[in-house]
Amino acid sequence: MHSAYGIPIWWFLTVGAMLFCIGLMGMMIRRSAVGMLLSIELMLNAANINLVAFGSYLKTPVIAGQIFTIFVITLAAAEAAVGLAIVINIYRLEQHIDADKITAMKL
Amino acid sequence: MTEIAWLIPIIPVIAFVMIIAFGRRLPGEGAYIAIAGMLASLGMSIALAGQWFAQAHTEPFSKSANWMPGLSVNMGYSVDALSCVMLLVVTIVASMVMIYSIGYMHGDKRFPRYFAYLSLFAAAMLTLVIANNILLMFMAWELVGLTSYLLIGFWFEKRSAMRAAKKAFLVTRVGDVGFLAGLVLLYLHTGSFDLFGATGIFENLSKMQVIGPLGLSLAGLAGLLLFCGAIGKSAQFPLHIWLPDAMEGPTPVSALIHAATMVAAGVYLVARMYPVFLADTSHIALNVVAYVGAFTALFAASIGIAQNDIKRVLAYSTVSQLGYMIMALGVLGYVAAIFHLMTHAFFKAQLFLGSGSVIHGTGTQDIRQMGGLRKKMPWTYWTFLISTLSLCGIPFTAGGFSKEEILTVAFANNPIIFFAGTLGAFMTAFYMFRLVYKTFHGEPRNKDVHAHESPKVMLVPLGILAGLAIVAGFVGTPFNNLFEHSMIPVLGAQFAGELERSMNGFAPGFNLIVFAIATTAALGGIGLATIIWLVPILKIEKLERPFGWLAKLVENKYYIDEFYNATIIRALMISAAVAYWFDRWVIDYLIVNGVGYLTLVASAAWSWFDRNVVDGLVNLVAWTTGFVGRSIRYLQTGVTQQYMFLLVVSVLIISLAVLGVAMLSGDRAEAAWIHLSFRF
Repeated sequence: MHSAYGIPIWWFLTVGAMLFCIGLMGMMIRRSAVGMLLSIELMLNAANINLVAFGSYLKTPVIAGQIFTIFVITLAAAEAAVGLAIVINIYRLEQHIDADKITAMKL
Repeated sequence: MTEIAWLIPIIPVIAFVMIIAFGRRLPGEGAYIAIAGMLASLGMSIALAGQWFAQAHTEPFSKSANWMPGLSVNMGYSVDALSCVMLLVVTIVASMVMIYSIGYMHGDKRFPRYFAYLSLFAAAMLTLVIANNILLMFMAWELVGLTSYLLIGFWFEKRSAMRAAKKAFLVTRVGDVGFLAGLVLLYLHTGSFDLFGATGIFENLSKMQVIGPLGLSLAGLAGLLLFCGAIGKSAQFPLHIWLPDAMEGPTPVSALIHAATMVAAGVYLVARMYPVFLADTSHIALNVVAYVGAFTALFAASIGIAQNDIKRVLAYSTVSQLGYMIMALGVLGYVAAIFHLMTHAFFKAQLFLGSGSVIHGTGTQDIRQMGGLRKKMPWTYWTFLISTLSLCGIPFTAGGFSKEEILTVAFANNPIIFFAGTLGAFMTAFYMFRLVYKTFHGEPRNKDVHAHESPKVMLVPLGILAGLAIVAGFVGTPFNNLFEHSMIPVLGAQFAGELERSMNGFAPGFNLIVFAIATTAALGGIGLATIIWLVPILKIEKLERPFGWLAKLVENKYYIDEFYNATIIRALMISAAVAYWFDRWVIDYLIVNGVGYLTLVASAAWSWFDRNVVDGLVNLVAWTTGFVGRSIRYLQTGVTQQYMFLLVVSVLIISLAVLGVAMLSGDRAEAAWIHLSFRF
């Protein structure tokens, strides 16, 4: 299935999937809490690519995909602000931001 | 006055309630209330008697209210000559005793209660004599028994008083069973508890003429059963044993209850139910009454000779005189018995109050400790002497007239009874003067006894009763017997005629032979006592040698109490022990404890089941939960990235599983959808 631009949709989807997998792996592997936040941004952007692609490749294209993406970016900004605040607080308490060693959620 | 005669017993009830409720806060600590009530009853009784005797009556005045609707049981009162006389006797003696008690009981710690009991007793006794219904009579009869018990045991700290009260209550109860049986028998055959009226007992006695074994008619049987009650209450042989012990009570109580009124209730009962005895034409019941009375009269008099307790001498004298009355009833001396009841009430109450005065003044009851009290207690002595003369039957005293009338009737009807009566009169004079001489004459035998005269409040009743002990006899002189004229109509026309027929034309009146014999017997008794104790011509020590065994026998009251202890009481004790053993080992041990043991075993089994099975299931659930929790708690490491990893792996596994299931189940639509998804 080709779009008006002559590029099949799965190119976009493949880029999105790869980006998501990189983000996922980074989320699971990176020790630094800041790195984990970065990975989350990657996964959100992978989803954004999919949203824009699906919005454009419908038989009658809709703008909703792109608008939804703006919402996701806003949300990501808010999430990054909260996440960074948490990270800073963790650093103040523990003098490091090593995710392996932060086990306060253990009962 | 007859219309409100029912108030006479009610007034003492009100006094009783007031004293019980307010006690020491009342004027005179309740004594004045009791006396005021009693005097009010006395006034009403005098008015009632005056009104009644002023007119000629043939029928008793009787008034009833329905008591138990549906059972035709009534409650009511009746007024006739008999109840008038009894009302007067009870109220006079009770008033005197209450006034006397102010002095005698002064300072007692249960002073108000004493007067409450006396009021209750008076109420019960007045109810008994005014009731027109045998059931009400029975209730009042039991109530006087109860108050007697309460007053004998008034000083219940004393063990002997407590025991005497119990003994009196239980022994009279034996007789009361007979009374109850007689009452039921009368009700069954006449259909009524009422005494008077067309449907009453007396009018329907003809239904009880059925002759049973030994020629005894049903009426006679009923009479004998009623007489059992009289035996108990009037302390006749063989149930006389309680009365001497009853002297443990306060002396005024002995005077009122155990000399003048309650013990006379048995005589009153027989007199009131006299038609029942007369309806027994064979007169078997009356003969039993006569012989029991005569035997008791002699038997008790002989014991009285050897007693050394002043009150016990009087107690045996009372038993003996009650026997005299019962004996008189048995030989058709209906009027004579009631006459003697009245005179005896006055002089015996006086004697008891006099003995109380002596006890009050000397602090002892033992006549061996007394002597020479004549000079120290002159009032007590003279009044006591007058009553003693009356009791001995000296002519022209009240007791003289009544005793002579009894002997006259006995002379006409039964020579054996006449002989017994004469002997009884002789013995009475003998033991009474022994008492007088040992108490009041001679020299004081104990220097430690400092006698003093009693207060006026005690002496005035003594004087009044002593006066009555003389003048009360003039209502029934053999020359003009007013008492007889008013008393005979009480029986009603039918039974008055029956009584007259039974007397075989004998008209009571002055009989020179009887007068001579009776007077000789009395004077002989006094003379014999005089030459033994006052002017010791006959030395008592010399008499004791040949008659020592007799003296010992008499002194120990013929061992009647010991006999009862060895037989009846012992049998009761043994049966009680057997019953106790049965109760202890069969009922208690075998049955009750057995059931208890079985319950224990069953509950132990159930408890085991509960602990091991039910609780085990509950514990299993808890343990499982705990085990699962312990097992999977290692998943919670707190490391965020491990959670993330688990999440991803889980999503992957679930996705693959869904896909696999869809493929395997061959759900084409779903498989196609998944296929399409991958095509994107």
